[in-house]
Amino acid sequence: MKTYWRSIEELSNPKELRREEVREEAKQKSMLMRGDNELNAASRRDFLKTFGFGIAAASIVASCKRPVDKAIPYLVKPDEINPGTANYYASSYFEGNEYGSIIVKVRDGRPIKIEGNELSSISQGGTSARIQASVLNLYDDARFKGPSKMGEEITWEKADDEIISQLGKIKALGGKVVLLSSTVISPTTKEIIRKFAEKQTNTEWIQYDPVSASGILLANLNSFGTFVPDSQAAIIPDYRFNKAKVVVSFGADFLGSWLSTVEYTKGYTATRQLQNGRNEMLRHYQFESGLTLTGSNADIRFPIKPSEEGAIVLALYNAVAKVKGGQVLSGAQSSVDITELAKDLLENEKQSIVISGSNDVNVQLLINGINQMLGNYGQTIGLENPLMTKQGIDQHTDRLLADLKAGKVKGLLVWNANPVYDHPKGKEFAEAIKKTDLCVSFSERPDETTALCHFVLPESNFLESWNDLEPKAGIYSLSQPVIAPIFNSRQPQATLLKWIGAENNYRDYLKNFWKENQFPKQKNTTDFRQFWNTALQNGVFETVQESKLVYSPEGLSQAASLIKPSVAGLEVAIYESVGIGNGKFANNPWLQELPDPVAKISWDNFAAVPVIYAAENGLKNEDVILVNGLELPVFVQPGQAKDTISVALGYGRKIAGKVGDNTGSNLYPFVGIENGTRQYFLTSAKIKKVPGKIFELAISQTHNSMEGRPIVRETTLDEYIKNPVSGNEMKAENESKSVTLYEAPVYNGHHWGMAVDLNSCTGCGNCAIACQAENNIQVIGKEQVRNRRIMHWIRIDRYYSENPENPKVSFQPVMCQHCGNAPCENVCPVAATPHSEEGLNQMAYNRCVGTKYCVNNCPYKVRRFNWFQYVKNDKFDFASNSDLGRMVLNPDVTVRSRGVVEKCSMCVQRIQEKKQLAKLEGRAIADGEIKTACSQSCPGNAIVFGDLEDPESRISKLFKDQRNYHLLEELHTLPSVAYLTKVRNTNA
Amino acid sequence: MYKTAIRGKLIDGEKSLSQISHEILAPIDAKTPKWWYVAMGISLAMLALGVKSIYITLTQGIGTWGVNSTVAWGWEIINFVWWIGIGHAGTAFSIFLLILRQKWRTAINRAAEAMTVVAVFCAALFPLMHMGRPWLFFYIFPYPNTRGPLWVNFNSPLFWDFMAISAYLLISASFWYFGMVPDFATIRDTTKSKIKKAVYGFFAFGWVGSSREWLRYEGLAFVLGGIAAVLVVSVHSIVSTDFAVSIEPGWHTTLFPPYFVVGAIFSGFAMVLTLVTLMKKLYKMGDFITENHVDAVCRILVFISLIMGTAYITEIFIAWYSGSEYEMYTFFKNRITGEYAIQFWGMFIFNALLPQLFWSRKVRRNLWVVFVISLFINLGMWFERFNIVVTSLSKNYLPASWAEYHPTFVEIGFFIGTLGMFSAGVLLFFRYIPQIAIAEVKMISKYNTQQSDHLKPGHHDYE
Repeated sequence: MKTYWRSIEELSNPKELRREEVREEAKQKSMLMRGDNELNAASRRDFLKTFGFGIAAASIVASCKRPVDKAIPYLVKPDEINPGTANYYASSYFEGNEYGSIIVKVRDGRPIKIEGNELSSISQGGTSARIQASVLNLYDDARFKGPSKMGEEITWEKADDEIISQLGKIKALGGKVVLLSSTVISPTTKEIIRKFAEKQTNTEWIQYDPVSASGILLANLNSFGTFVPDSQAAIIPDYRFNKAKVVVSFGADFLGSWLSTVEYTKGYTATRQLQNGRNEMLRHYQFESGLTLTGSNADIRFPIKPSEEGAIVLALYNAVAKVKGGQVLSGAQSSVDITELAKDLLENEKQSIVISGSNDVNVQLLINGINQMLGNYGQTIGLENPLMTKQGIDQHTDRLLADLKAGKVKGLLVWNANPVYDHPKGKEFAEAIKKTDLCVSFSERPDETTALCHFVLPESNFLESWNDLEPKAGIYSLSQPVIAPIFNSRQPQATLLKWIGAENNYRDYLKNFWKENQFPKQKNTTDFRQFWNTALQNGVFETVQESKLVYSPEGLSQAASLIKPSVAGLEVAIYESVGIGNGKFANNPWLQELPDPVAKISWDNFAAVPVIYAAENGLKNEDVILVNGLELPVFVQPGQAKDTISVALGYGRKIAGKVGDNTGSNLYPFVGIENGTRQYFLTSAKIKKVPGKIFELAISQTHNSMEGRPIVRETTLDEYIKNPVSGNEMKAENESKSVTLYEAPVYNGHHWGMAVDLNSCTGCGNCAIACQAENNIQVIGKEQVRNRRIMHWIRIDRYYSENPENPKVSFQPVMCQHCGNAPCENVCPVAATPHSEEGLNQMAYNRCVGTKYCVNNCPYKVRRFNWFQYVKNDKFDFASNSDLGRMVLNPDVTVRSRGVVEKCSMCVQRIQEKKQLAKLEGRAIADGEIKTACSQSCPGNAIVFGDLEDPESRISKLFKDQRNYHLLEELHTLPSVAYLTKVRNTNA
Repeated sequence: MYKTAIRGKLIDGEKSLSQISHEILAPIDAKTPKWWYVAMGISLAMLALGVKSIYITLTQGIGTWGVNSTVAWGWEIINFVWWIGIGHAGTAFSIFLLILRQKWRTAINRAAEAMTVVAVFCAALFPLMHMGRPWLFFYIFPYPNTRGPLWVNFNSPLFWDFMAISAYLLISASFWYFGMVPDFATIRDTTKSKIKKAVYGFFAFGWVGSSREWLRYEGLAFVLGGIAAVLVVSVHSIVSTDFAVSIEPGWHTTLFPPYFVVGAIFSGFAMVLTLVTLMKKLYKMGDFITENHVDAVCRILVFISLIMGTAYITEIFIAWYSGSEYEMYTFFKNRITGEYAIQFWGMFIFNALLPQLFWSRKVRRNLWVVFVISLFINLGMWFERFNIVVTSLSKNYLPASWAEYHPTFVEIGFFIGTLGMFSAGVLLFFRYIPQIAIAEVKMISKYNTQQSDHLKPGHHDYE
């Protein structure tokens, strides 16, 4: 290669030249650094600049104070609001086809807790987890902040004007308008809808329920006709479980998700109580595919394929008909021997209930036939106050879809319905909605359907609204607003009133309607004001009515012939989950985190696979399978019927909010349509394992066996009658061995205790959410639940025993046992968990440094640690990361910071509140006056709280019951919580 | 009196006192070797990982670890007990061998004590960081305050533990430091560097080596030694009560205090063995730390290993003998068999069986084999603590709460960080502190030779 050179010097001595260059460069640099250069010297200007910047920076840094939150006292205090004390208002909940009469606790203008209303004959003071969690929906950031048109903000006036003129145009052209709503049980609202339809001719009102009850409605229409002569409304009879001795359920999860669960749980557990000398119990048979909450409480359970159900019902019908002299019908053959069952039913005529969760009209007709032959109508199944909470008929929605597709429907008003997500043909709905000229949604929050609508006129939350409800014919209740609308929302009733040109104050309209319609139905008072105030205060207004319905066996033999025999191959059963329900509240983090009562999985739905199938096909938990092309995580579920897979509905929302989006998969497209009704199972499913793929599930209980330990003590009814101590023999033994060097704890005054009747606990999870709402328990998200760090203060342990293909299931709520000799207390180095004089094991959060020794040393594992900062932390963006979400916090309970241990306090704030009240009134606390959050709203009345020092209290009596025992009593922890043995009525 | 003829020479080579000083101080005077920088670099990198893990823990919370509502203690407590166990050896070495008049200890005790101090520092980090709110750690001090006053819970083993460790750290650090004063004076007097003169002179406390000073020195050594002897037994007994006071199956046992103390000495001696083999090889201290020294430590390890084996078998026997189904489950279903069997058998083999090889003289004399076995014993002792902490917690009374525990990278990083801190500390010790107690070694040099004139008190043979 040639050598190029720049200068003679470089040619003669290149190294020296390079060295010279480097030296020169360094010299220049050092001169710059030293500032020798005249030009680089700091001028006065530079000094002032630096000085000014310094002072400004210093003052900014110094003024970075934490913002001051000002609490401004009332200038003129409203009469009923006392700062620091709560107000309680009766109201009613009706969402997602679930009704509950409730009391809302309001602190300083904010509703913070929902309790059950004991005056209601339906919910009887009980609630469900969804009702408990509904208060959080009010404070959901995802809610619409005001009316909008094509995503742009708009004023109510403008929206009204535009829609009224559009409706006018449609009317002028003779176009059809459809109001698509979920079931409406408000008599006043129905009246308004009727008036709207009168004005806007060619309007059709279609009620649509995502989980349909069409089958039962149509079957009853066939068997009994309509309840109200001039209406089309079909009925669902009034099941009175409290009067039954035998209950046979075909796939109806009546304790978990079927129709009116709180009411049914109240009745069901009432007939399984064994206190006060009762020694008879309802016997419960359950036929089902997946292990549901109801099935896990059943005395005798038959795992069956969904397609087998019809034939079994028919066989039962024939078995009963043979004895009762009815017509024996021919049809498909049953795969299960039901002779014993039929015998049991016939021995308990007029005292049994046979139900089916099937949406097949033919099956429901046979069920009606069986109940009729057994003489159950008028006894255990009432027709006076039929249930109104589901009115949607599937064919109507199908017709709507056809009309939409054909472009016949010009205007669509969607209220509380989300067919794009929860209709089997949701995609077709999405396309068809685009063909309308006007689509208005009244939705409170974004959803898949609302996203396609032209106008969004958000409705107020039920806690911000006036309403009346008629959940059962003749049984009314009122909703009243307990907070002014947080956002710019308006009740659709008011909107419709406006559109028909009426006065749009819904409350006045409602009051008038009651004056005209409900007031005359009673004779207690002649003053409407008094009547109204009483009804509002009680929340309920119940009337007695008679039924003129007569059973007709019409169509039975045809129904029998239409029953299909079971088919071979795998079947997928699709069910409504206990927590999430039909998916409407997918954005509620409390419900997302509530573990499924049986599988103990939160945050996802999953494919429940039978044990044998899993073993044969090499499937284990968290594997992924393709079910007809849909990827689902596997969960091996004991009790899952052979050749079936169960998957829950309500997941896989796409537009729900930050919490609900994309949790799990949507199973609604799998719902089939058979004979015009939706069918919640799928035959001949194709399953394929996705090799190597893992989907992590948030499982909060991974060991299912009690390992032979006396944790849930159980016996059978026969044994119990012979010897009430049966199953609990080790208690006497443990007590005889009890030795201590120390003095027994002495209580002067109160000793708070709790008893849990394992025979009444169905495991529904209401208590966990009630506790979460009361005690500011934080949501931690899927990953942390998976890490076994769920924060719930009361958890429900679920154990399986015996045959894994059809196990016996036991539920056991476990909260802090408030031990008299607590292992957690003596190991805390800083004395952060002392014992109160009233027997409570307390937590001083301020003192806790978080050594976690107490967590280890608690044999019940009820202590919870704040592993992270769960409040105001973007990594835990659930309920407590916004000012709005934190409005639900109970000001009486400390919000725990990172690094401290927390646990059940037996609602010490509630104890304190009632103690103060009693002191002010100069009296002793009455038994039952204090109720913890879990015991207040338990739909099974399973939890009793009270004072053990009062020998007459209910709790003291329960502690003396022969079924009473303490968990791990051999450890001598002396718990203040007791359990009552579980008694099964299996001796058929 | 030590019989050289029977027990072998304590110092190899015929060394004058001045030679002893020179050879022991050689690493301090010599230029830092390259491998030292490499080793220090690796140690500091490990330490940096530890600092990062601590940073994550402090800023985000203990949630970044793998512990959960069932297994609330994990690697941190395992590592804490492990380090405390290692930190046992130095003092145990000095005190017990002093009491037993084992003169050969003088070659090793300095290194062992240095190791103790660093290990106890490593150990102390864990309970501090594993607090939910470490910034409130002072709540654990019983100090007068305006909250009542609100005292600590004197019943809690964690409080005893805190007191025991603080006392142990204070005493062992003092014992180590005061033992070094004459040697610092030696460096001060021999070094040519002004800085070293100043620094070592400061630490030498104005030591001139007068008889009076030696008298006081011996007196102080005995007093501190006396206190430390009690602490050696108490500190790990009290650490064991962190477990023994609880009601957990597998924890609730009266065997724990002696079992923990012996286990701690076992792991500490194993770590001493690891270190001295390194010293022998890296710093050519073979003349001072002879094969006989290694041999003696190995023999002690055989003995302790037998005690460990007995303890393991006693635990299992008592679990069966108690008739408690919870104890039975923990030992038979969750340790000997079950998902944690690897850790159990790792512990049993490494601690109870493997050291039995030391019965063979050949093994004892093969430095490489000794080195490897010492590492395995350290691993085995770690498994022992894993066994105790995790298996008992993961499956105790209510099966519904049973949970597994897996460490996260933050926990692993934290542990690696303390390993780095330990090796960095040891490297600094190698570099800047006489690795062997010069003054004490000189005292025993008379067992080798009869140069009586060198033994006159106050006579210094070096310039």
